[in-house]
Amino acid sequence: MSSGFYREADARIVLRVEEVERLLLVSMAEQVLEIVAPRKADPDADPLFALVGIDPSTERPTSEVLLRLFPDAYGDDEEASSEFRRFTEHDLRQMKTAHANSVLETLQRSGDKVMLTYAMVPSWMGFLNDVRLALGVRIGIDDDFHDEVENFDRDDPRLPLLGVYDWLTYLQESLVQLMLP
Amino acid sequence: MSIAPAEITESALDVDSDRPWVTIVWNDPVNLMSYVTYVFMSYFKYDQAKAELLMMDVHERGRAVVSSGTREAMERDVTAMHGYGLWATLQKDD
Repeated sequence: MSSGFYREADARIVLRVEEVERLLLVSMAEQVLEIVAPRKADPDADPLFALVGIDPSTERPTSEVLLRLFPDAYGDDEEASSEFRRFTEHDLRQMKTAHANSVLETLQRSGDKVMLTYAMVPSWMGFLNDVRLALGVRIGIDDDFHDEVENFDRDDPRLPLLGVYDWLTYLQESLVQLMLP
Repeated sequence: MSIAPAEITESALDVDSDRPWVTIVWNDPVNLMSYVTYVFMSYFKYDQAKAELLMMDVHERGRAVVSSGTREAMERDVTAMHGYGLWATLQKDD
């Protein structure tokens, strides 16, 4: 198991990974891309809207994962939340897509030593958080989760996901610690 | 040259303009405490002590007001928080 991100003498940030871990991260980045990619443009849509990042056809997502990644902005005002979504979700999707793509490119040209510059850190941080949020929804992580996990069957399909989730948590924590003063 | 006067929208006449809007960050079981602190420091440029206090408020009380200002500014902050993956909403200060 890799030991998380650390700083080398030249101030670069490094993550040592085994091949199976690198491939797992690649697969996670590809899955995030599928989830967050901007929706296909409506061929009848006004190109000006796309130009300024507004998607008038954006609707409140029905999947729990998407609702967690693109939450309502107003807790008590559905109409204002929908309006906000039309103006912001497209740009947010583009940003999250750029993060995952940047991570994917780095992983694809890395061997067992993944090297990051400081400029690449926000993408990795955002990507690791997006994957954990998505996995958290799929696994059903909530405030009582630690008690529930004790009662999982040994062949519960959520257990392998939980292993991945815990590893990503460890990676993210190690990266955050490098960035805090 | 003359153009039709722009329609005066409701928000332009907002009588509550001295009552600010606030951005609220809500607790969730996935985001790391250290990450939430990092986000408050990176985006709001809060020092570590303030960022940690706000993070602890989110963690222990379930929510914290992290910024206040105009509605437009709070919409920017909420969008940024969603970009970082934090669960944030805006509302009028109460």
